[in-house]
Amino acid sequence: MIRHVILRALSKLLIPLIMLFALYVQFHGDYGPGGGFQAGVIFGAAIILYALMFGLEAAKRVFPPRVLEFFVAFGLLLYGGVGIEAILLGGNFLDYGHLAHEPVHGQHLGILLVELGVGITVAAVMASIFFLFAGRGRSDV
Amino acid sequence: MIDVIHIVLFTFLAVIAIAIIRLRDLFAAVMLMGIFSLLSASLFTVMDAVDVAFTEAAVGAGVSTILMLATLSLTHSSESTRYARPRPMALVAVVLTGAALVYATFDMPRYGDPAAPIHHHVADHYIEDTDDEIGVPNMVTAILASYRGYDTWGETAVIFTACVGVMMLLGGARTFYRWRHREEDEPEEAGEAS
Amino acid sequence: MFEGGLYPYWIVIFLMMTGLYVVISRDNLVKKVIGLNIFQVSVIMFYVAMGKVRGGTAPIEAEGFTIYSNPLPHVLMLTAIVVGVATTALALSLVVRINEAYATIEEDEIRELEREEEA
Repeated sequence: MIRHVILRALSKLLIPLIMLFALYVQFHGDYGPGGGFQAGVIFGAAIILYALMFGLEAAKRVFPPRVLEFFVAFGLLLYGGVGIEAILLGGNFLDYGHLAHEPVHGQHLGILLVELGVGITVAAVMASIFFLFAGRGRSDV
Repeated sequence: MIDVIHIVLFTFLAVIAIAIIRLRDLFAAVMLMGIFSLLSASLFTVMDAVDVAFTEAAVGAGVSTILMLATLSLTHSSESTRYARPRPMALVAVVLTGAALVYATFDMPRYGDPAAPIHHHVADHYIEDTDDEIGVPNMVTAILASYRGYDTWGETAVIFTACVGVMMLLGGARTFYRWRHREEDEPEEAGEAS
Repeated sequence: MFEGGLYPYWIVIFLMMTGLYVVISRDNLVKKVIGLNIFQVSVIMFYVAMGKVRGGTAPIEAEGFTIYSNPLPHVLMLTAIVVGVATTALALSLVVRINEAYATIEEDEIRELEREEEA
């Protein structure tokens, strides 16, 4: 990929914008189209683009597989944790109404946290699956 | 106008689906599958499912195509025709299944019918009460994360499990035992033949 | 022409059947996964088509709109797409492992190798 100067320069410009767009989709999902699943896939696609342009080793330095593995589980646990927190505050599992003083605020907070959990898991899953596929070809027998 | 968009998109989808059947080059088939996903995302937008269209465009045309290409680079990029033969039974089975499904649609409510039962079970409640109960304008997000939160948690767990499965399948060392075995055998046979 | 008819369902069933045909008539495993993907997209399209309401708009609340399309199929299909890509990745990794073991991804050749090994 050393020779593709235009692609490298363009992707250097685009990757931060793609990640920013993923965050916009993540946190604007309550008001417009979007949400955790879409944001996670877009963020994962940004990581994959980085790996395609600058090589797998460079991508693994920026996003170490160990950290990605941690986030794969962390997102799911964050989702479950919000459910448990609702039980501790006196509601049912995933009953966000008890998370804040007013039920509507609680719902808002709950949805935000839950979508964040989904987004983290999906982004980490997409990136680590691509790393596994890409790393398969070069590892020596 | 909306009919024209429907017709154009559906025609393209049908042509691409037939092309995928005909093509022997897997690389071209994978690229066509990406285009198929992108076109169906446009169709979802016409059918008012903007969130689904967004996901399909990001997943089908992006990540899914990349994973297929990665698989092709690890395996073979063209379909072998060594054993290719016409499969009349497959065609018969598919035509029969399709005819049964088309017959079943005659009992269905018409496309876009506002009186269809699907729109008057729980959907009314979701559309009318989301604003008061959840306070989020995007009903899809409200249903996804709040009304059907259990469901979404399960789906996230499925994604997690699939990732663990891929890690177990591809995370270890490579195993080439049978391949090696065959490659060691083949030169000997060639030597005997000459 | 489309709204108020059954044509969309029929075209979706046609797409579904092309996917099914690829799955059962082709021996190449990657081609089978592509066929499954076509099938999956068609099923999603079928559900979304059922959620469409004539004259409705996308289910995001806004001033001046009273008719919305049914949001429930959208929610169910949204998660199905992402789960679909995760399971596709699992299927593809199985294909990669099969290729490492047999050096082929054609079902017939794999079956022949198995027979040779048993003999």
